[in-house]
Amino acid sequence: MKTYILRRLLLMIPMLLGVSLLVFVLVYISPGNYLDALKAQRDIPAEFIAKKERELGLDRPWYVQYVSWLGRTVRGDFGESWSYRIPVAELLAQRAPATLALSLTSLVFAWAIAVPLGVFAAVYRNSIFDKLSALSAYAALSIPEFFLALLAVIFASQWGVFPTGGLSSIDHDYLSPVGQLWDYVHHLILPTIVLGIGGAAGLMRVMRTNMLDVIQSEYVMTARAKGVPENVIMFRHVLRNAINPLVTSLGFAFSGLLSGAVLVENVMNYPGLGQLIFQAFMRKDRDVVMAAVIIGSSMLIIGNLIADILLAWVDPRIRYDK
Amino acid sequence: MTSDLLHQILRRRAGAFCLVVLILFYVAAFFAPLLAPYATSDQDLTKTYHPPTGVVWQEGRLAVRLYKLVDPTCAKYEAEPGQFAPIHFWVKAPTYHFLGFIPVSHRLFGVEAPARLYLLGSDETGRDVFSRLLYGSRVSLTIGLIGILITTVIGLTVGGLAGYFGGVFDSVAMRGTELIMAIPGLYLIIALRAALAKYFDDSDQIFILIVVILSFIGWAGTARVIRGLTLSLRNRPFIYAAEALGQGPVTILWKHLFPNLFSYLIVTSMLSIPGYILGEAALSFLGIGIQEPSTSWGLMLSQVQDLKVFMLNFWWLLTPGLAIFITVILFNVLGDVVRDIVDPKLKTQV
Amino acid sequence: MTSVSGPLLKVNNLQVDFGSGDTVTHAVNDISFQIRDGETVAIVGESGSGKSVTALSLTRLLPTPPAHYVGGEILFNGRNTLALSENDLRKVRGKQIAYIFQEPGTSLNPVFTIEYQIAEAIQLHRPDVTDVRAEAIRALDLVGIRNPAQRLGDYPHQLSGGMQQRVMIAMALACQPKLLVADEPTTALDVTIQKQIMDLLRDIKVKTGMSIMLITHNFGIIADIADRVVVMFRGKIVEDGPTGEVLRHPKHPYTRALIDCVPKLGAKQRRLRAIDHAEIEASA
Ligand SMILES: Nc1ncnc2c1ncn2[C@@H]1O[C@H](COP(=O)(O)OP(=O)(O)O)[C@@H](O)[C@H]1O
Ligand SMILES: [Mg+2]
Repeated sequence: MKTYILRRLLLMIPMLLGVSLLVFVLVYISPGNYLDALKAQRDIPAEFIAKKERELGLDRPWYVQYVSWLGRTVRGDFGESWSYRIPVAELLAQRAPATLALSLTSLVFAWAIAVPLGVFAAVYRNSIFDKLSALSAYAALSIPEFFLALLAVIFASQWGVFPTGGLSSIDHDYLSPVGQLWDYVHHLILPTIVLGIGGAAGLMRVMRTNMLDVIQSEYVMTARAKGVPENVIMFRHVLRNAINPLVTSLGFAFSGLLSGAVLVENVMNYPGLGQLIFQAFMRKDRDVVMAAVIIGSSMLIIGNLIADILLAWVDPRIRYDK
Repeated sequence: MTSDLLHQILRRRAGAFCLVVLILFYVAAFFAPLLAPYATSDQDLTKTYHPPTGVVWQEGRLAVRLYKLVDPTCAKYEAEPGQFAPIHFWVKAPTYHFLGFIPVSHRLFGVEAPARLYLLGSDETGRDVFSRLLYGSRVSLTIGLIGILITTVIGLTVGGLAGYFGGVFDSVAMRGTELIMAIPGLYLIIALRAALAKYFDDSDQIFILIVVILSFIGWAGTARVIRGLTLSLRNRPFIYAAEALGQGPVTILWKHLFPNLFSYLIVTSMLSIPGYILGEAALSFLGIGIQEPSTSWGLMLSQVQDLKVFMLNFWWLLTPGLAIFITVILFNVLGDVVRDIVDPKLKTQV
Repeated sequence: MTSVSGPLLKVNNLQVDFGSGDTVTHAVNDISFQIRDGETVAIVGESGSGKSVTALSLTRLLPTPPAHYVGGEILFNGRNTLALSENDLRKVRGKQIAYIFQEPGTSLNPVFTIEYQIAEAIQLHRPDVTDVRAEAIRALDLVGIRNPAQRLGDYPHQLSGGMQQRVMIAMALACQPKLLVADEPTTALDVTIQKQIMDLLRDIKVKTGMSIMLITHNFGIIADIADRVVVMFRGKIVEDGPTGEVLRHPKHPYTRALIDCVPKLGAKQRRLRAIDHAEIEASA
């Protein structure tokens, strides 16, 4: 198992090189650069822009730029954000906790809803409850995430119970510690629901299907023939088997912890990484973009690895060492 | 096989319902220029955020109520009692080219200017939401079909050849797909969009660009599955038999392998259409998809975002969201029906 | 053990259907038979003849729907299991009537250890047992598994097919049932393993004296274990008699056909005869 993990981690290196090269070239060939906004202003002298260009290294050929970026990055230096004028690492570290919190709460929300609903839908299949939950799942999977976010914002502004955006209130600093915590939670509720609902619907359907599959299996018949009570069969024998593929999906959830909330953050004006990165793409703040891509890709690759490891962990039949 | 599938879909209530409604949508989208009372960019700055006009039966014919702007600061309109404009059918309109070459100078219905027919209200420049919705449907309804066509062709070709030949081509192709799948989707889309925008400058071409980008993200998964399936079919006796008969690899792929992949392809295609619809809507909503003066449902919604807090009662501006929702749900249900027919074992996957 | 006042199991006019309306199939159609204490009865018939349905019906294990227990009664120790409540039925399952199935590989739960699966049965039906682990070891020992203590922590997939079937048998025996129902216990196994499992069953029969209902489609394996043979054909019982009698003088043409299917040692290259249903129905 150890060698397997090590091999997969080593394979990450060429993959990340390829990813960074691809995105770097894409950013490079995009028309215009970070200095466009300056160039558009008449009163800024051309010499100043030329000087800036030299400073940022934008006057050199792309491969030179790439190599220098790569050299810096492998030394652990993500560079500086051109628009915020602070080190990229610092900038990302400022924004990451908000996104991480949102991703985690929505993940918990999705699981907390999906697993019980899926189990009950399977246990009471073809009941009214099953049909209603199937219908809701269809609806939740078909509504565009950004539209749901938009509706949530409108709802918040009309009803007034939830804030319409942001991470905390204006008077946050004057609140008691408990008040501050509640303030964060209060701001998290709507984004969590919006981000979590699609995942919940998907998980629920998978959970239900898995349960129904497992209920058909012969070892359930064996358990029944042993005289095991029906509820123990459902919640121990069946659930343990049916939840396996879902546990695996935690790996994929890890992949999106930092990059999965871009749309929701933008629409709901939640100041996390997603919002920052989208703006960085728009402003061609190259080092921020590159850092985001590297982090996002690493987490994606590691997430897939985690999924495979979890699969082996929950299913004793699967072993990776040869 | 295809007609059989159609028959099976129609035999199921959910399938028949979704198929019929979707076909109606496509017909409406196809005839959008005829059905829409106005062109997409037909403004009326005196009637911004106009509510849907009431349609009544008046003096033996359909007519619309007329409205007066009572408070311009919050776009408050009130119906004027006793004032109506009759709805005419097959009315004269500025000439346009249906399908790009058939000159038409009529629309199916409308009212005489200066009165306006707003079945679903108007937007910030007094454009008719209903008309824009109709035109916008062309984007959402075609993007999925073109998208799966492109992904399927690329996925089949690359995956099929990789699985069939193996070796260097296989390794290169598979590393390529891994590369694409190792970048968070939205990042890659945005980067591609920025890099390629200059080659697709006018707004019709943007549509093509969006399809190309979404397909570029999508083909990798298809190719990998096709490769796997091809590999497993590769060593079956009927392939050896074909080779012994001296058939070339392309013929073998086309004649013997692809028919065996048909059921897989039809199911995954159906189930991936919603992804394209949602993808385009999201990009347009973010302002990096379809651009004005063209229209798409996502683009229409992005207007709402700009004024969301002030948007007190302009519910009709949200109808594009409803349209996306309904279209996607129809495709989802239809996709599930098709999957149940073609391969009942291929249940919901993670 | 109760005094032998009547048969342990008495099935009267049992009928089990699948589906309803015009798609209904009578999987088991008006059958009656008995199993006495300590008796081993083989139920023989080709695939689809209703053997498994009969076996599962004994403790109402078939899910309803699609199955329907349309008629008849199943008297086990004088009590009709078809009329028992779910609760009472659970006390019969495993405790009085235990099962082993055809596919040991899929009949054991892949995510639980052997110990868990055997212990579960013991805890359910023998609450007085304090050392469940020791009891599980004893059960494994009884079915001839070497180093039983070490096997306890294994997962089913770590065992061979033959071993898995032994674990299934151990699990069934752990609660000392009165009747062991073995539904094609050797069909999925290699020929050499088949023999070992059959030997084991015979061994158990002798050691424990429990009744066994042995289901098979193969006349070849029953000769030296079954006391009586019940032959099923399309949901009906077409023959019922002492094993030797049935083997030597089969009355029904279907029985004869089944016996002819068994490749006899020595009879060189005898072709397996496919059973011709039309012919059998015509001559029945
Ligand atoms: N789950 C089921 N659904 C519908 N029909 C069934 C089902 N199980 C069994 N049957 C029917 O019952 C008949 C007898 O099956 P079974 O008892 O399993 O045969 P076998 O003798 O091979 O054990 C089958 O031919 C089939 O028609
Ligand atoms: Mg059977």
